[in-house]
Amino acid sequence: MGALATFPVERVWDWLSAVPDPEIPVISVTDLGIVRDVAWDDDTLVVAVTPTYSGCPATSMINLDIERALRERGVKKLRLERRLSPPWTTDWISREGREKLRAYGIAPPVDGSAADGRIVARIDSLLGAGNLQIACPRCGSAQTEKISQFGSTPCKASYRCRACLEPFDYFKCI
Amino acid sequence: MGASTSAADQAALHEFLMRTGDNCLILGHRLSEWCGHSPVLEEDIALTNTALDLIGQTQLWLGLAGEVEGEGRTADNLAYLRDASEFRNVLLVERSNGDFGRTLMRQFLFDAWHLELLKALQSSSDARIAAIAAKAIKEVSYHLERSADLVVRLGDGTVESRRRMQNALEDLWTYSGELFVTDEADKALASAGVAPTPASLKPNWDAVVQRVLADATLKAPASGYVHRGGKRGVHTEHLGHVLAEMQFLQRAYPNATW
Repeated sequence: MGALATFPVERVWDWLSAVPDPEIPVISVTDLGIVRDVAWDDDTLVVAVTPTYSGCPATSMINLDIERALRERGVKKLRLERRLSPPWTTDWISREGREKLRAYGIAPPVDGSAADGRIVARIDSLLGAGNLQIACPRCGSAQTEKISQFGSTPCKASYRCRACLEPFDYFKCI
Repeated sequence: MGASTSAADQAALHEFLMRTGDNCLILGHRLSEWCGHSPVLEEDIALTNTALDLIGQTQLWLGLAGEVEGEGRTADNLAYLRDASEFRNVLLVERSNGDFGRTLMRQFLFDAWHLELLKALQSSSDARIAAIAAKAIKEVSYHLERSADLVVRLGDGTVESRRRMQNALEDLWTYSGELFVTDEADKALASAGVAPTPASLKPNWDAVVQRVLADATLKAPASGYVHRGGKRGVHTEHLGHVLAEMQFLQRAYPNATW
């Protein structure tokens, strides 16, 4: 055990909380809830990271950013592990992370709005009035409408505010 | 999977993973062909995001297929270096895109099946499969909501959009049956609790499809004919065109990276 080479895991978590998400740089990888575990395996630091979406192109960039940040702090031996289970959920986005998203112009995920696969039960609400009261991150109005189920990154949908007329991104609930 | 698993079971598992991965890969590639060509920007983004999800899922399924195979092949090797007869996707996903309506109808018929498959796989006796399914089902739930929504909007839309959606349904209907064809490998996996038989997914698929088509004012053809072959590597000429484009770079410049 190279005692000098290790750092308390609390300190490592602090360092990780300063690593921004490459696509939404106002929030950190810990705000996003994708760092699942930090632990020492003898003298090797093991960081478990879960992907947001299976095909998210930012995943490899996030791993590079985490590795760079930890190396800069003096971590010599490092292993990044992909942890698939349990699957990432937007419930893991921190309270601070949600406020940062809103301030940045992205409506944070609304509980209970996730597609749940019960398509027959949901088809009525999908048609026409399928609006799930997503508040506009700019003016706060609940008078918003969905433009598309998908947005500029896999994790977002496109909405428009009918009060202030601004388009905005909604961070989809999954 | 314990060490006592028989070679026959391993072969069936490998076959299942290739089929599942290839369905995602080929449909994902087809959708990516729309990049820059969709009717409106939002749909361009939606189609390519769906493609991205499917290709991400492909990496998980084919990655596991490579592990089970044990010959050192990665998901990339399997995607880029196999010939058509080694692909195991159903014929439905290799059909050419056609117009936007036909792409959406193919997506809906696939998504409704995909969701039922993943629901069942979440309780697979193979923890690796259950983990991938639990991840993918969140994404696929959104795929189905979008494709069902658009099938209804376009079916119950203008005279022209309805005509195109009905044509698409008639063109694709006889290709949907292969999703439920059940063979010996499927039965072996079902008895081991690894995966459901495809046939067992049909009642729920029927219920969703009937409900959505009714809302869309579209009529499913009466034909029960099933075009089949893809699952056992017998493909239409369409797959060769997909592979020519998808594999060109790795074939012409082996191991190229950037």
